[in-house]
Amino acid sequence: MTTTTYVLRGARPLGGEPADVVLADGVITQVAAPGAVDVPAGDDVVEIAADGHVLLPGLVDLHTHLREPGREDAETVASGTRAAAVGGFTAVHAMANTSPVADTAGVVEQVWRLGQEAGWVDVHPVGAVTVGLGGERLAELGAMADSAARVRVFSDDGKCVHDPILMRRALEYVKAFDGVVAQHAQEPRLTEGAQMNEGVVSAEIGLAGWPAVAEEAIIARDVLLAEHVGSRLHVCHLSTAGSVEIVRWAKGRGIDVTAEVTPHHLILTDELARTYDPTYKVNPPLRTAEDVEAVRQGLADGTIDIVATDHAPHTREDKDCEWGAAAFGMTGLETALAVVQQTMVDTGRLSWADVARVLSTNPARIGRVADHGRPVEVGEPANLTLVDPAASRTVDGAAQATASGNTPFAGRELPGRVVATFLRGRATVLDGAPVEPAAAPAAQRGGAR
Amino acid sequence: MRHLLSTADLAKDEAIELLDTAAQMAATQSREIKKLPTLRGRTVVNLFFEDSTRTRISFETAAKRLSADVINFSAKGSSVSKGESLKDTALTLHAMGADAVVVRHWASGAPYQLAHAGWLDAAVLNAGDGTHMHPTQALLDAYTIRRHLGGHGGGLRRGGDDGVGADLAGVKVAIVGDVLHSRVARANVWLLRTLGAEVTLVSPPTLLPVGVESWPCRTSYDLDATLADWQPDAVMMLRVQRERMSGGAGAFFPSPLEYTRYFGLDGRRLALLPAHSIVMHPGPMNRGLEISAEAADSDRAVIVEQVANGVAVRMASLYLLLSGTASSAAVPASLPAPVSSTTEGTAL
Repeated sequence: MTTTTYVLRGARPLGGEPADVVLADGVITQVAAPGAVDVPAGDDVVEIAADGHVLLPGLVDLHTHLREPGREDAETVASGTRAAAVGGFTAVHAMANTSPVADTAGVVEQVWRLGQEAGWVDVHPVGAVTVGLGGERLAELGAMADSAARVRVFSDDGKCVHDPILMRRALEYVKAFDGVVAQHAQEPRLTEGAQMNEGVVSAEIGLAGWPAVAEEAIIARDVLLAEHVGSRLHVCHLSTAGSVEIVRWAKGRGIDVTAEVTPHHLILTDELARTYDPTYKVNPPLRTAEDVEAVRQGLADGTIDIVATDHAPHTREDKDCEWGAAAFGMTGLETALAVVQQTMVDTGRLSWADVARVLSTNPARIGRVADHGRPVEVGEPANLTLVDPAASRTVDGAAQATASGNTPFAGRELPGRVVATFLRGRATVLDGAPVEPAAAPAAQRGGAR
Repeated sequence: MRHLLSTADLAKDEAIELLDTAAQMAATQSREIKKLPTLRGRTVVNLFFEDSTRTRISFETAAKRLSADVINFSAKGSSVSKGESLKDTALTLHAMGADAVVVRHWASGAPYQLAHAGWLDAAVLNAGDGTHMHPTQALLDAYTIRRHLGGHGGGLRRGGDDGVGADLAGVKVAIVGDVLHSRVARANVWLLRTLGAEVTLVSPPTLLPVGVESWPCRTSYDLDATLADWQPDAVMMLRVQRERMSGGAGAFFPSPLEYTRYFGLDGRRLALLPAHSIVMHPGPMNRGLEISAEAADSDRAVIVEQVANGVAVRMASLYLLLSGTASSAAVPASLPAPVSSTTEGTAL
């Protein structure tokens, strides 16, 4: 099978010195000084002027809601992975809270197969920790690990594995296949009916509070459990200054814990709830400016290992209503890199090499995805993202590739632009626009648009 | 004033204008014929997503005394209970040409959304939303306090009859009870502050919200000390919802008896107050729980008067929202004569 050869002229791998990079047959075949590569012109050679653009390993999202099966009106595997490609991702982990729940080998294989058929990114299904996310008994974790989907990340995301003995068992059990439990840290009794961060704003505007302690208490318990049984633990979307402190303490103690922050918790605060616009309703909730500063600091100093989107598409019906009746969640795949650039790179707190670490290398390592998050070197798989950091754009929810419009950044100007994305050498995005996979008729199914 | 959504965004002159207009409205209500032609031809919709017969009747009375056409839209008996969204309800009211929508909703912020989402262009009047705001309740409370105590801090009543024109500078108000879930407390804290009064919230710690320290008031856990040492001019008792006492481990206080022991207003506590102090309650009361019969029926209690003042305040609110006179335009010196067979009066 012949494939197109791409020559990226003058790209800066990880933001370093400019180079010409050649992609052929699914791998990186040359990295050389500008003008030094030798590729005979031909019909199947495409040159891309990449002067000033940053070349990153393809982004890997450890926390994506693709909604299929069950809520194809909000997103499908095809539409969500297409949005991922547009956002610069080459692999995503699809969360388990679908309908039916991804708690059996059958469901995770279905999601995995839909991802293969769509062809936009590699889809790695996350398996539920407990049957039906019910928090009562373990799902068949081994069967999901051994399935064609090769599940390594297990999470009841949206719900917390709050029963301490069940959490202990899950942490221990997944060691058999090098899995990890990704915990949505939310003490359920402390957050009954919770609508937003509990604090000055909630007191004033009369929405039921979601206290920081409900997150921090679970994280504190879980790191101690992980230490006791010698397991690895991943903390989903931590959002408070206290959570950062606990994870920092745990790492200092040698506990095998990793942590993620979402793009929205890096930039938005609970002041936005004053609009009562449910676009800003998310779980965990937007916190205070002090918390935003703490998670930025945690990401900069390595306490927080990764940025994960928690991309949570919702239909207009589920958002065009009273705050108290609206669904939790916001989209993020197409704005994540821009938010990280604005909050961390443009402020000097992270280099582009650090961005590659928190958005590709580390999430690939945590999810045990071998062929993503690799160095930009000859012989490595050509899973790459080309970014123009000097560009900017104004976000338009309706113009995004995701099937849902619930972006909190609508109307905001964000820096940077994903110019091209390559999945094993094939361009999924060129000149900022998605390139339909040629041999993937299944990509047209469902709600793809 | 385009909408009346929250007391937190009412300026002092707007608040005083509302109270002064209410005084004018109240004056017309002692006439033999109480009905004014002011809002003839205008349509006021009472949109109630939560039961509240008292508030709805008060608004209905106010609108009818101003000759508006009143439509009552209750969520229970309408398509809302079959799943119609707030948006569709709003679009429906817009299509029907509502001039003002009085909305009571279980969700905090629903009136704000109605006013700002672009679904309808009617004036929106918040008649209580979730645990957020109840602006007309706070206005009627302030009106009642001003009638009795306006200018008391200076020893003399300022302004004209019934305190017209005056603020509440120096008046001390204790608000007692379930502040956490109370839209009445929130609405009063901000309005009373704007009018210059001092407020102390008295509550068990479980019923004060986290974040209350940023509010423009004091807080106390001790009712006896507040009454005896701070000597409030007005004591406002909040209703305790029965469900706050149940819920096992999540209950907010151990028992009704213990609540009454520490936070109930009875004859003994009444005696700690200065002679001029008044006792208020937004109703409906739980007699024997937050207020004893002796306190509720004492001659310091102005609870029934609050209800009457509620009609005047709601007339003033509807009038100022619908007559197009923002705070920039002066309130007419005198309101038109009552409707009679010979004089129709000119709608303002």
